[in-house]
Amino acid sequence: MNVGGLSASVLHRQLENDGLILRIGPFSFRLVSAIPAIAHELEALYADYPVLDSDQFVDYTVTIAQGSGLRRWLHPQAIFKFDGAEVFVPLPEDHAFPLLEWSMNWCISMHAHHYLLLHSAVIEREGCAVILPAPPGSGKSTLCAGLVHRGWRLLSDELALISLTDAAITPLGRPISLKNQSIDIIRNFVPGAVFSRVVHDTSKGSVSLLKVPPETLTRIRETAQPRWVIFPKYVAGSTPKLTPRSKANSMLELGRNSFNYMVLGLKGFEVLSKVIDASDCYDFQYSQLHDAVAVFDDLVARRNT
Amino acid sequence: MSTGLLESIWTVPERRPELSNREWETLLGQARQARLLARLAAHHIDQGWLTEVPDGPRPHLEGGLRLADRQQHEVRWEVDCIGRALRGFTSPVVLLKGAAYLMADLPPARGRLFADIDLMVPREQIEAVESALFAAGWICEERDPYNQRYYREWMHEIPPLRHVQRNTYIDLHHTITPPTSRFNVDGSKLLANLQPLSGHAGLYVLAPTDMVLHSAVHLFQEGEFGHGLRDLLDLNDLLLHFSKSNGFWDNLLNRADALGLQIPLFHALFHIQRLFGTAAPEHLQSRVERLGPNAFSRTLMAWMLGLALRPDHPSCDTRWTGLARWLLYVRSHALRMPPHLVIPHLIRKAWMQRFPEKKAESA
Repeated sequence: MNVGGLSASVLHRQLENDGLILRIGPFSFRLVSAIPAIAHELEALYADYPVLDSDQFVDYTVTIAQGSGLRRWLHPQAIFKFDGAEVFVPLPEDHAFPLLEWSMNWCISMHAHHYLLLHSAVIEREGCAVILPAPPGSGKSTLCAGLVHRGWRLLSDELALISLTDAAITPLGRPISLKNQSIDIIRNFVPGAVFSRVVHDTSKGSVSLLKVPPETLTRIRETAQPRWVIFPKYVAGSTPKLTPRSKANSMLELGRNSFNYMVLGLKGFEVLSKVIDASDCYDFQYSQLHDAVAVFDDLVARRNT
Repeated sequence: MSTGLLESIWTVPERRPELSNREWETLLGQARQARLLARLAAHHIDQGWLTEVPDGPRPHLEGGLRLADRQQHEVRWEVDCIGRALRGFTSPVVLLKGAAYLMADLPPARGRLFADIDLMVPREQIEAVESALFAAGWICEERDPYNQRYYREWMHEIPPLRHVQRNTYIDLHHTITPPTSRFNVDGSKLLANLQPLSGHAGLYVLAPTDMVLHSAVHLFQEGEFGHGLRDLLDLNDLLLHFSKSNGFWDNLLNRADALGLQIPLFHALFHIQRLFGTAAPEHLQSRVERLGPNAFSRTLMAWMLGLALRPDHPSCDTRWTGLARWLLYVRSHALRMPPHLVIPHLIRKAWMQRFPEKKAESA
């Protein structure tokens, strides 16, 4: 049974009471919230995710609560609670859905130490994965959203889940978080794409989440081996340029982009070495998604020759 | 019910829990909140159960253990750095609590998480040690003059010191309880009874009896009970370990008398016996009984602590938990300072929590 198979009233009731249990990549989440926007956005963006029975083990229970007392009516708030504790400062209720997404990221990045976790997007073609690490504002999510609508498969927009045994990357397959101008860029690039309502004035500016392509979920159990590590950078007006980058420096940068490299100690070093050993590393500068698609297609073609 | 899930693991340590998926979730949540996840994992390894834990919860236990292993590695590193920074000092530098358990290889170190490293030095050395640590990169970040004064005049420690590069924290003490406290302990009495840490010249840990008493007094004076169960488990481990040597319990009770810490020891022993069944030997039972306060205080404290020592997790909350925690919080302050100091202090603290912007303006 998928979320899409639940009637709106059943979905609302589950979210408000015991929670809605979803399988998301290798994890199970119980989502609890009485905020109507969360139910609406889940209907729109999570329709194809499996709903689990209430007797299944749940990795993370995410509660997005409302403020209490008078505040609930005067300044409605959305509050992320985990194990009963408030993790972030409360946000306006308006921000509830992006907050839910951030909260789910937090759960994984703080606890899933059975993976090496990198802050990066991951896409795949022909079993080979591209890791796209980058600081916010570099156009990582825009590039990722563009490419997964031009022949690449989305593994993750935010978190690379790397196996501690063989460095394979497990798909997470969550909606892609787009900010500010990127929202319109992808609207134009992907006609018919499904977005969550744009939320303005968040700490990251205006935010909207993009529904994943169907292939992401039908192939959610297929892992991929790392083959490229590419550091994207959006530079307005630039021509696309792919520049080789030293493996040593790329490894340092990936370590810096990791949530738990330090936690894993020697194991983290060994896994990251495997990733880098298996990967060609590049810097990639671009301004147009069409150009980027051509450059990435060329990577795959050159690999086969 | 799930309320006692986490404590019950250590009530009968060799009894393997039979848990539903939902109970596993609750147990892991309670353990995370009580900072006992890695300890729970270590317990499963010691009992040989880890491989039989279902696939759902097992990665959570293993992940907790990885985090604790890494922190312990880092604490050893930090202790080396501290040792180097304070090498010139002739007066002793004492590791307290977690760092002491770890470096002295004591049982509570297993699966223990760390937030900071607690050090104790003679009071007259505080400034010199602070400067030496400053030279090695640990800075005091407390800018608020009121808080500076609160710590330096009334407390047994100075404000936390943060390492500028590694973001690790040191709490520097000159004794184990505030000088204004009802249970004030003269630091020099503790310093007279230290044990050297082998392999680390200049570093010491407290004597076994003092380590137990410090852990007991810490549990009840901090006012925050999020780590209460963890602290009780620490104490239980220490008691089981030290009581292997003859005369430990007699020494412990004598030392509690000498330092005036009978009441904290009484409450700690009461709850350790209640939860884990560890008790003083037969011939000392009546003496332990006499440590305690009057019957009314005993009953009230037993009730409040019984609630507050549960993990701070929604599955453990009753309608009275909040009240019990608040009463204990107020009590902890009342023990720390006499009324003419504590009442203005708590009012100021409550005000600052409500109107933090005002603080920025007035600073």
